[in-house]
Amino acid sequence: MSSKAGSYYLPEPSHWPIVGSIGLFTMLFGFAMALPGTSDGQMGNMTMMYVGLAIIIYMLFGWFGQVIGESEAGTYNAQVDVSFRMGMVWFIFSEVMFFSAFFGALFYARQLSVPWLAGEGNNAMTNELLWEGFKNVWPTNGPANVGGEFKLVGAWGIPFYNTVILLTSGLTVTWAHWGLKKGNRQQLILGLFLTVALGALFVALQAYEYGHAYSDLNLKLTSGIYGSTFFMLTGFHGLHVTIGAIMLLVMLLRSMKGHFSAKNHFAFEAAAWYWHFVDVVWLGLFIFVYWL
Amino acid sequence: MSDHKPTGITRWLFTTNHKDIGTLYLWFAFIMFLVGGAMAMVIRAELMEPGMQVVDPLFFNSMTTMHGLIMVFGAVMPAMVGFANWMVPMMIGAPDMALPRMNNWSFWILPFAGTMLVSTLFMEGGGPAFGWTFYAPLSTTFAPASTDFFIFAVHMLGFSSIMGAINIIATILNMRAPGMTLMKMPLFVWTWLITAFLLIAVMPVLAGAVTMMLTDRNFGTSFFDAAGGGDPVLFQHVFWFFGHPEVYIMILPAFGIVSQIIPTFARKQLFGYASMVYATAAIAFLSFIVWAHHMFTVGMPVAGELYFTYATVMIAVPTAVKVFNWTATMWKGSMTFETPMLWAVAFVFLFTIGGFTGLMMGVAPADFQYHDSYFIVAHFHYVLVTGAVFAIIAGIYYWIPKWTGNMYDERLGKIHFWWSTISVNVLFFPQHFLGLAGMPRRIPDYAVQFAEFNFMSSIGGFAFGAAQLLFLYIVIKCIRGGDKATDTVWENPEGLEWTIPSPAPYHTFETAPKVK
Repeated sequence: MSSKAGSYYLPEPSHWPIVGSIGLFTMLFGFAMALPGTSDGQMGNMTMMYVGLAIIIYMLFGWFGQVIGESEAGTYNAQVDVSFRMGMVWFIFSEVMFFSAFFGALFYARQLSVPWLAGEGNNAMTNELLWEGFKNVWPTNGPANVGGEFKLVGAWGIPFYNTVILLTSGLTVTWAHWGLKKGNRQQLILGLFLTVALGALFVALQAYEYGHAYSDLNLKLTSGIYGSTFFMLTGFHGLHVTIGAIMLLVMLLRSMKGHFSAKNHFAFEAAAWYWHFVDVVWLGLFIFVYWL
Repeated sequence: MSDHKPTGITRWLFTTNHKDIGTLYLWFAFIMFLVGGAMAMVIRAELMEPGMQVVDPLFFNSMTTMHGLIMVFGAVMPAMVGFANWMVPMMIGAPDMALPRMNNWSFWILPFAGTMLVSTLFMEGGGPAFGWTFYAPLSTTFAPASTDFFIFAVHMLGFSSIMGAINIIATILNMRAPGMTLMKMPLFVWTWLITAFLLIAVMPVLAGAVTMMLTDRNFGTSFFDAAGGGDPVLFQHVFWFFGHPEVYIMILPAFGIVSQIIPTFARKQLFGYASMVYATAAIAFLSFIVWAHHMFTVGMPVAGELYFTYATVMIAVPTAVKVFNWTATMWKGSMTFETPMLWAVAFVFLFTIGGFTGLMMGVAPADFQYHDSYFIVAHFHYVLVTGAVFAIIAGIYYWIPKWTGNMYDERLGKIHFWWSTISVNVLFFPQHFLGLAGMPRRIPDYAVQFAEFNFMSSIGGFAFGAAQLLFLYIVIKCIRGGDKATDTVWENPEGLEWTIPSPAPYHTFETAPKVK
């Protein structure tokens, strides 16, 4: 189907979505097959999962490549642009809700379930009969001391540096945007480069911190509810920083190829919004996971 | 532009057309409805008499689990999205959905997710057998190995729902024809706008819940394990924070469909349009702050029991606004009872029964008496079968002439209606008595004093199941031929969808209509 010039662009039939579905199915089915099914088992063969991941990456290149081509050809009018913007905003909202499930688990454990295990409210007998002597303290790995004694990552070491790094990267991406809007491509490319570099530095420091936690502090994913919430929250955040940095890296490469104009650069803005979103999530993590 | 359609299998695999995708959703939902229905038949066959006769208990449990999951995620939700795809662009005068390629992906994830879900039944250790609510620790410590496949199936269903919902919101907010202001939109569009918001807000929370399950099962986290400082009840909180909005995700579009049908056959405008919009929004808002009424017996502080009781019964207010609106629309209307109207009127009566039993269980001290009994089974089947499913069937009869260009067989449609409505009450009404008398849900065997009502219920179940095969026949017959439908189909129905030819051309409103 061809669209009339100037009207809302309706794409031709596309094979990319079904490729994506096949990739998603292959990846998740392969992952499920490899899972041990018990917490002390070993992962099985992950080949199928990686094949699925490769299909998804192939789909992303193909699908986004097509969209970029259409965009550069001037196929999209202002109304299409609004649809893309809405899509990105609501996608980020869904991500916020995903994180809120894990923040909810953290608050629930700290404010309700751990005090209850220690006998607060009408739970005196729970404590007396099931978990005698367990005190309401945070952090905790539970009354059974799951995973053994552990020490904490201090808030004012690497986590604080990481806060500064991420906040700075929020500034550099905005500076890049200013450059783009006034047609200064040099500033755009430099700003994006700095942002990606700061993102990579953040991820590297997180990786170092994880290694330190595992080998020196005995703080692991298996360290009871503290380890669970700590690693799941920071881990999913780190994953999102990685995704955001990849998005910005693509924007950097596209900028260097001469894509984007002062008026037409939604992809850049979408990546920047996403970057600000991971920034804000980090502030929540810094306050509630590391600091308080 | 010519009205050419792509042909062959790739038309359906690669389509970016909202009508094709709507059709795919509706057929997928119908197939899943029959699969989930077959599981219900297994359940009713086992429960027809006390004692164990048809299946073993573990398989019975996986039947109740899969029946619930398939009907919720495979039948009702996709059917509603199918209606949204077909009708929303036509109702607001848009040429298609806002993001047509993503629309295709939203659908084509579903068959893969459905395959992954159903495949668990054939795995070692059997399929998930912990109930559709998959409470920890049944779904973590004590679950079969296939549970990880179930978890990823839920993830995929979530991706699909979120992308579908984003598309619907972008379409409604960005693609309306000039003059189609928000407060002129058909109510079906309004209910879907709000439903889509609910979907984006809660499907990620469900994804979080199953992710915690996944890591508790495989990687040694302690979210739902008290020994590590977690709490199995945390699972219930996270699940029901998703689960309560989820039930409105299934029923709000049903409200929308019924609000389109009743004015047409009462030949009056909807009694109070604005109040319907506000009531829908109020229900959606309240759905976020009542979740723990599903967990009254879990051991909450009294303050929690009180708060969740009061918040829950407040939902009766906007819901009553809706029911009175439908009633007032019919009041002194020149009513006729074509098949869609019969289903819609039955919806109003029978959904309201489900609403009332919901009110009973919304009150914590009363709920203690019939929690997890057959009373809750009767309640949610009244709201989901005679509520959501009846509205879906009503909507299909209402719009299928527009989709196919042919009238359905009115005589068979009426037989389908009366057969279904009588049998569905034989099926579910006795379950209220069973629950009040103390029969627990999710058991394959029961004490002999429950025998008579269970027998009745099973007879009703088989009859209701058979009636849906008649429905399949009616739909196929309508697609293949029948009296030609006029463009308006009904007598002066309101809405842009009736201004285009029947069957609706492959592309509609490429030039936006002007709405006064």
